[in-house]
Amino acid sequence: MTSPLQQKLKVTGPVVVTANRLGDGAVVYRSADGSWTEDLAAAAVVTTTPAAIELLTAAASDKLRAVDVYVAPVELTPQQQVLPGNLRERIRFYGPTVAPPGES
Amino acid sequence: MYIYDEFDRTLVDERVREFRDQVARRLSGELTEEEFKPLRLMNGVYLQLHAYMLRIAIPYGTLSSHQMRMLAHVAQRYDRGYGHFTTRQNIQFNWIKLEELPDAMTDLARAGLHGMQTSGNCVRNITTDQWAGIAPDEIEDPRIWAELLRQHLTLHPEFSFLPRKFKVALTASTHDRAAVKIHDIGLRMHRNGAGETGFEVMVGGGLGRTPFLGKTIKPFLPKRDLLSYVEAIMRMYNQYGRRDNIYKARIKILVHELGTEKFAREVEEEWQSIKDGVLALDHAVVADIAARFRYPGYEELADNPPELAKAREDARFRTWLDNSVSNHKVAGHAIVTLSLKPEDGPPGDATAAQMDAIAELADRYSYGEIRVGHEQNLALPHVAQRDLHALWRALDEIGVATPNVNLISDIIACPGLDYCSLANARSIPVAQEITRRFRNLDVARALGRLHINISGCINACGHHHIGHIGILGVEKNGEEYYQVTIGGRADERAELGTILGPAVPYGEIADVVEDIAAAYLELRARPDELFVDTVKRVGVDPFKDRVYAAR
Amino acid sequence: MPLVKAGHIVEDRFVRVLDDAPVPEGVAVILPAARLLADARDLVLRQAPTGVIWPNDRKVAELAPYLDWIAVVALVFPNFRDGRAYSQARLLRERHQFRGELRATGQVLRDQLLFLHRAGFDAFEVTKDADAAAFAEAVRRYSVFYQPTGDGRTSTLTARRAHGASGTAPSPSEYVAG
Repeated sequence: MTSPLQQKLKVTGPVVVTANRLGDGAVVYRSADGSWTEDLAAAAVVTTTPAAIELLTAAASDKLRAVDVYVAPVELTPQQQVLPGNLRERIRFYGPTVAPPGES
Repeated sequence: MYIYDEFDRTLVDERVREFRDQVARRLSGELTEEEFKPLRLMNGVYLQLHAYMLRIAIPYGTLSSHQMRMLAHVAQRYDRGYGHFTTRQNIQFNWIKLEELPDAMTDLARAGLHGMQTSGNCVRNITTDQWAGIAPDEIEDPRIWAELLRQHLTLHPEFSFLPRKFKVALTASTHDRAAVKIHDIGLRMHRNGAGETGFEVMVGGGLGRTPFLGKTIKPFLPKRDLLSYVEAIMRMYNQYGRRDNIYKARIKILVHELGTEKFAREVEEEWQSIKDGVLALDHAVVADIAARFRYPGYEELADNPPELAKAREDARFRTWLDNSVSNHKVAGHAIVTLSLKPEDGPPGDATAAQMDAIAELADRYSYGEIRVGHEQNLALPHVAQRDLHALWRALDEIGVATPNVNLISDIIACPGLDYCSLANARSIPVAQEITRRFRNLDVARALGRLHINISGCINACGHHHIGHIGILGVEKNGEEYYQVTIGGRADERAELGTILGPAVPYGEIADVVEDIAAAYLELRARPDELFVDTVKRVGVDPFKDRVYAAR
Repeated sequence: MPLVKAGHIVEDRFVRVLDDAPVPEGVAVILPAARLLADARDLVLRQAPTGVIWPNDRKVAELAPYLDWIAVVALVFPNFRDGRAYSQARLLRERHQFRGELRATGQVLRDQLLFLHRAGFDAFEVTKDADAAAFAEAVRRYSVFYQPTGDGRTSTLTARRAHGASGTAPSPSEYVAG
């Protein structure tokens, strides 16, 4: 797998750094204070490539808490609410778009 | 089914202990993710979009009721109350925590269940057809040979770090229900001119980015030579399979690049050095394994008993009987398929409650045995015909008696982007929408046997290349699009499907399937000409014209 | 990185000689493959042991003429996921009857030590100190082996043959509800 440091990052909109938590695999986002949160609203949002690389490098070096770290797009609403920026990130944040068996 | 002896049980326990240590060393940071990942994959532990996923092997698709109850327990205790049966006769749990995996695996080991080698660059679950041992058209039970191979290739020190994954399938029927031609090694049991039973050995089948059908490198391999010959193939692959490019690392590429004949010669040369050594299978070894296969003490019963004849008066029961019940090689018995494809449901999923109920019914009606098919349905393999009506009522109650087996709504689908980190598009909601469009069973029955296979990415876990209708999810400009193929088939006349036309967006894919179905009704020569045969006869263009005329 | 032999960390008395450097007299050396093949006629006369480091993409059959006097064959795992040297090891031991030291080099980690041992390696340049120290524990992780290799451990294939057809069904009470 390509190191995030080698990924050709080109940030053209707001992004966050996301990963899966090591212990349980839950989707988490990097916050400004260097912790991982499940709450997208508490994630650090950056808008330039250098800022993204810095955030990504710091996050990727935290090998004990998070795995498969990468940069993901987000959407900022007019009220500055942070939403997942594409279908894959929507599914990661909200969960599967289909109900489990036995529920409709 | 195979009963573990002390060796088998000890090995699984030792594997669990080793994994517990590996998890601890990962959580403490002593192992990096790069060092840990292949180890966890070799235990069937994936990291998916939302959580870790555990894939548990169901060797050649045979499960005891005891084991099914354990799966229900794991679903409830460690997961979110359900599991997904896969196209390789495994089961997947989607929400397991890494920290709890050693405990889950300890529980599973008590029932002889494990995730060994269900992922990673090693030999995966060896599959056969779910009617092994009970189908009338079988020459002998292939599962004994599958078990011999399974053991030989489990924690094999030479073949645990292959260039890429390796999949093996066996069939012992003229009608191949195990899709052996799309496996890295496909083995077809058959009789030669002298009446001896042996294996046709095919190599280099596989789907994904570059689909290939397997090539025969040995038309007839005596049973005695099974392990040594497979060893020779594996040794060739381990040494010469490409390791520079993961998209060219399967054995199918090696066979293609060397050429079938050269590949066969190289295997033969290696094999000549080992064929008479310790891997030659003698009667004692085979008899030892066979002795641990338990078969039911079938009652002597007659076909079409009065209970069944009477029950046929019930129209709903009759519909289910004609659809989901198949002939058994033992008189007075039947094979019952349980559809895990209810309208609107995620294909191949079962809840813990369903698993428990099915275990109960297996005990009562099927000598405690269940089968898992690569079409993502289950089967009860040993049902007395006189019990069919009572069984049906119970199956109907738990929602596994939809009479759509092999029909258009019996869809095979990978989990897709809703669960899988490799996916480009969703597959489950596409399957659900199609089942809604074809909810009318008269319509579905009129279309006859029609297999739809859906994959959410080019890795083709849904086997879309060999679907009568194959649907491949792709991503275009951040949107989900679907590429359709038709005319694929998975059996002894295996063929890869042909692309119909340009990919269509998510909102249109179910319409396209309806248009294909309508075109088939128009084009078929007779009501009993199967869809896939109509495609063979008229070609893809008439379908293409009708589907894309308005698009 | 520590060298493990016979279950212990030992000092490596073999010196790695690079491609065109002179071969020191009276010193145990490990040479690159090309060097061995080119100078074999001279090397066989050396008083001190000679070994070779053999790449994992070359057939070990090429070494066959020299195996009766080579002291060490070092095989390579460029990363631990590249398993080609397992086949090379088994061929050297089982096909070519090599009896000298068979050494695993490259990325050699704890969780592969038993596989390596089973394949015929008897010397290990273990990448991490902690893994070298844990060698004895690592190779005793399993007591059951399905397949025979040249390592001498009994496999189930042979053990079951001796037992004859046997096997007891597990009792239903083994299941304990969670």
